[in-house]
Amino acid sequence: MADFSDLLVFTKLDELIKFARKNSLWPMPMGISCCAIEMMAFAGPRFDVSRFGSEAFRFSPRQSDLMIVAGTVTYKMSHVVRKIYDQMPDPKWVIAMGACTSSGGMYRSYSVVQGIDQFIPVDVYVAGCPPRPDNLLKGLMEIQKKIARGEKPGQKEKIYIEETFQV
Amino acid sequence: MNQRIIEKLKTHFADSIISVNEFREELTIVVKKNDIVKVCQFLRDDEELKFDSLRDVCGVDHYRPEERYEVVYNLYSLKNKFRIRLKVRVEENDIHVPSVTCVWESADWAEREAYDMFGILFDNHPDLRRIYMPEGFEYHPLRKEFPLMGIPGSLPLPRKN
Ligand code: SF4
Repeated sequence: MADFSDLLVFTKLDELIKFARKNSLWPMPMGISCCAIEMMAFAGPRFDVSRFGSEAFRFSPRQSDLMIVAGTVTYKMSHVVRKIYDQMPDPKWVIAMGACTSSGGMYRSYSVVQGIDQFIPVDVYVAGCPPRPDNLLKGLMEIQKKIARGEKPGQKEKIYIEETFQV
Repeated sequence: MNQRIIEKLKTHFADSIISVNEFREELTIVVKKNDIVKVCQFLRDDEELKFDSLRDVCGVDHYRPEERYEVVYNLYSLKNKFRIRLKVRVEENDIHVPSVTCVWESADWAEREAYDMFGILFDNHPDLRRIYMPEGFEYHPLRKEFPLMGIPGSLPLPRKN
């Protein structure tokens, strides 16, 4: 009988699903203002998010499982963000990219929601105005780690990515 | 050019003009509220002046007991490459201004913005609705008494789960 032991890998089904999910996170680009420009750089060839399997930006929420909220969310827009979040299939993850999204940022005013966690669960906050694309990559990697650990979206402790500067 | 405009307006609308101010060659004319459409029509149609473009309409809140609000019209003449500014003063208890949409179509959205932010009512405007804030909002955010962080609960958020 032939020996297949060096061709086969044995694993648990759970692990296989986690592996598949974490390496094919399809982002929903919720680019509302200037942070979206850095999100495009993150998808482009220089920072190259396809190394992590997330190059397929889907403009339909029904085909994506990671929402990157990049920009200033006003009260008027918050209903749209929530609707799109509701349309995404489970399990779904949220990155709050930039100061505006995480806390209202410099817009301390009547029209801007002071942090999107007031109406959707957030998994990773990325600091900066705008954050560098490599910090956003780090946020993505944190989501991958959360999936690998088997966490549920929007529940365990939040991850905060600090701002770094390139010299 | 400034002198020419002042001269022309003074001959045609001697009682409509409240004051004329010239500062660093910028001309500002304060006009009586009920004559604003007449003056605008004249400035647009006059062959020599031809202020054919309305660049902006905006509101001002001075927060004073008399003549609290002001509406400012920025006009531009493509022919003469020249700008002037018209102003109209509005009392708090009579917050109506005739709309200039019948003179320049472009006043439409600009007047809607002034209505949204200051609550100034433009009479004869074809479609005076809010332009930035949601339909059901009850306040006018650029009025001085409106708090910076808004009125809690006046803008609903979606439910969280
Ligand atoms: S955090 Fe800064 S860069 Fe990002 S949307 Fe806000 S203002 Fe723009």
